[in-house]
Amino acid sequence: MTTRTTFRVPGWALGLAGVAVLLLVLQVLPVAGVVDRRFLPPATEMFQALSSWFVSPQFWTALGQTLTTWITGLAIAFVAGTVLGILIGEIPGLRALTASTIEFLRPVPSVALVPLVVILYGPTMQSTLILVVYASIWQVLLQVLAGVGSVDPVADDTARSYRFGLLTRIRTVTLPSSLPYVITGLRLAATVALILTLTGELLIGTPGLGSLLLIARASGQYALIYGLVLVAGALGLAVNLVFRQIERWTLFWHPSIRGEVAA
Amino acid sequence: MSASTPAARVLRAAGLGLWKAVLFVLLPAVLVTIWWFASAGSTDPQVPALSVVLEKFSTVWFTEPFSQSLFVKAVVPSVTRLLIGFGIALVLGVVLGVLIGTFRPLRDFLEPALEFFRAIPPPILAPILMLFLGIDHALKIAIIAVGAVWPILLNTIEGVRGIDPVLKDTAQAYRLGPARRLFALTLPGAGPQIFTGARQALSIAMILMVIGEMFAAFDGIGSAIATFQATFATASMWSAVLILGSIGVVLALLFGAVERVVLKWYRGYLRTQRGGA
Amino acid sequence: MAGKTHGADLSVRNVRKVYTGRGAAVEAIQDLSFDVKAGELVCVVGPSGAGKTTLLRILAGLLGSTSGEVALGGDLVKGPPPGMAVVLQEYGRSLFPWMTVAKNIELPLKEKGVPKAERKRLVQEALDAVSLADAGRSYPWQLSGGMQQRVAIARAVAYEPQVLLMDEPFAAVDAQTRLELEDLVRALWQRLGVTVVFVTHDIDEAVYLGEHVFVLSNRPTILLEKVTIDLGANRDQVATRTHPEFGRLRNHVYELVQHAKKGARSLDEAGLAPAWLPANGETTVRQRELITAQALAAPVVDATADVDDAPVDDAEQAGSAEA
Repeated sequence: MTTRTTFRVPGWALGLAGVAVLLLVLQVLPVAGVVDRRFLPPATEMFQALSSWFVSPQFWTALGQTLTTWITGLAIAFVAGTVLGILIGEIPGLRALTASTIEFLRPVPSVALVPLVVILYGPTMQSTLILVVYASIWQVLLQVLAGVGSVDPVADDTARSYRFGLLTRIRTVTLPSSLPYVITGLRLAATVALILTLTGELLIGTPGLGSLLLIARASGQYALIYGLVLVAGALGLAVNLVFRQIERWTLFWHPSIRGEVAA
Repeated sequence: MSASTPAARVLRAAGLGLWKAVLFVLLPAVLVTIWWFASAGSTDPQVPALSVVLEKFSTVWFTEPFSQSLFVKAVVPSVTRLLIGFGIALVLGVVLGVLIGTFRPLRDFLEPALEFFRAIPPPILAPILMLFLGIDHALKIAIIAVGAVWPILLNTIEGVRGIDPVLKDTAQAYRLGPARRLFALTLPGAGPQIFTGARQALSIAMILMVIGEMFAAFDGIGSAIATFQATFATASMWSAVLILGSIGVVLALLFGAVERVVLKWYRGYLRTQRGGA
Repeated sequence: MAGKTHGADLSVRNVRKVYTGRGAAVEAIQDLSFDVKAGELVCVVGPSGAGKTTLLRILAGLLGSTSGEVALGGDLVKGPPPGMAVVLQEYGRSLFPWMTVAKNIELPLKEKGVPKAERKRLVQEALDAVSLADAGRSYPWQLSGGMQQRVAIARAVAYEPQVLLMDEPFAAVDAQTRLELEDLVRALWQRLGVTVVFVTHDIDEAVYLGEHVFVLSNRPTILLEKVTIDLGANRDQVATRTHPEFGRLRNHVYELVQHAKKGARSLDEAGLAPAWLPANGETTVRQRELITAQALAAPVVDATADVDDAPVDDAEQAGSAEA
């Protein structure tokens, strides 16, 4: 055993280096002609394309449309999923009654609905909304069900013994103790909703970033496609970060979080 | 008491089983019945009667001879590509995830870049991959693999990182070699997280299967749907929805069965952890 | 006293450990040197935060020291050495939850290249030795805490180590189980003849189990005293614990640890005479008080001389015998 005084590079610096190397590779591969420059433009061109998007009003409209679809779908799924989850979890017998239906419907892929919404609504925001809500409601519903199931039976019995009504019980016992599950469900749903928003735009042609990408593809402007991929990635990253932060803020007091710190 | 005699217990268990079976089929039966009667005699071409859809189910997908039917020509290639793509994503995700999760500097180096790739909604990568790979089998498999690898990769990294340090110490103190460490410690330790990632990956793979086929179609369910769409064959489209739905259900059931076997220890472990805490 | 000696000498020379994390460096261990002879059972006690676990991890080769060296059977320890087994405090976390009890015990044997039939025999013997003959097919989490720690001990026993390191192994089990496990460790040690280093914060446990008790100071850690426990080979939870000598040694170690908690860095600073000074009857108690008073009154440099000059002949002999 010898003296070890190695200098340790901090994690964030390594991570920054990682991103830098990635950009360098993306720059060098096309410039050196390893890959077709038309199909994979150098990183600098990608960022140029990105900045050309930023000055295009068409882009901001599309971004707004995508965000509207996403947040509307997420909100509907969140509210509906939470209400359904609490009702199914709290009303005796309802859980057993709905279990098989949920088990069958949940794995039905949301893209299966694409043909349906197309005949029913055509390339409108409604079509994509249905996909988004259908895909993300399960994330919320299942988390809420798990949350209601995790309610401390003693607390629940106490509430029942004091003859709290259903609503009071939900407000004072069920909701607070299943909150961490609800918030986790929200975070999962947010990511899924974004994926399905773009899927809908690409497949159905609903207005938004996805359909903008289809236009860029049809006109062969590949750098512009990459610019949009960068935007989509940044959007996804922002959604992840924001909802993780929300999770942390709302739950700092909760035993499941504190337990994690202790363990 | 009679309740404790074996016969009574069997009866009670049978009664409970019967009751569970009734609960299991009750709601689906009611829903299907409602659908059946509500849509019966429907004249709206967009919402055909369930009886018509079910009829299409056999006349469109299961024509004679079976080997020439649309089921064999569309569903089989789709599901094959799905499984291959998912398999590639699984192997790639777990192998890379174990490597990255094990070596701290590598993890620090790659994690921000990987987080970005994970954050890109996978469908948007389909048009790009098409540039490189054309529109053949390889493309559709690649779309699935590239999109599905991220949840597996990042969950594996997280799982490997989260392995209890006391277990790591134990493995080290008993001088476990790299191979045994991998199979006795790392993989089972990250197992629950790997399965979580794989389940997310499976549903993404399914979406990408359809996307790939709708963009660049010459066979598969997605191309069949595109054809129905172009010819306004709405009842057939409804039947395609049923097919896609059933594939999803069957895959989820298979996945659940595998998980139950592989993670048998984990369910028991969780139960005792909760009970003990 | 052990039937056959399997054990290996363990020698620790000037081990120092400084943690250099973020911010200021923390000196956990200042300077530790001691020897554990082959087949000895030594307990290490000290106030909480005395770097006991750090020391054990260094002995186990799980942690590098900043300077100094550890040798096992004459070979320098650079990583976990062959022939060493550890039992950690967190029994619930040191057993692989995805393996049955038998597989847990078998795993290190596989790595050692023990043939299958032999492995089976060793596993069963080890399970028998810890009175868990029927638990082989259970999973660890199906067992109680005490039983889980028995499995960890069985795993170490089946490994047939030369040296067994135990880090507060019974800190988290209930009192009743704890006494049983202490006797189990003594019995296994006597049967196998391994070298055992047993780290604990429980003074009674240390005195009851050990042939020697090493008392550590507060951080940065040094060795305050090596107390020889002369309570015979056969210890008994009732007879031994009620023996006057047990009480005397226990009180001595207790006082020393109390002073160590407050920062005493030598016997003199603690105002205590070494434990080997005889303490049978009132005279010696008075003697010790006298010596203590002298030690307190005298300047630090002369304190040791005063103690050495104390007119206790047999104590001198005991001291030289130990040295």
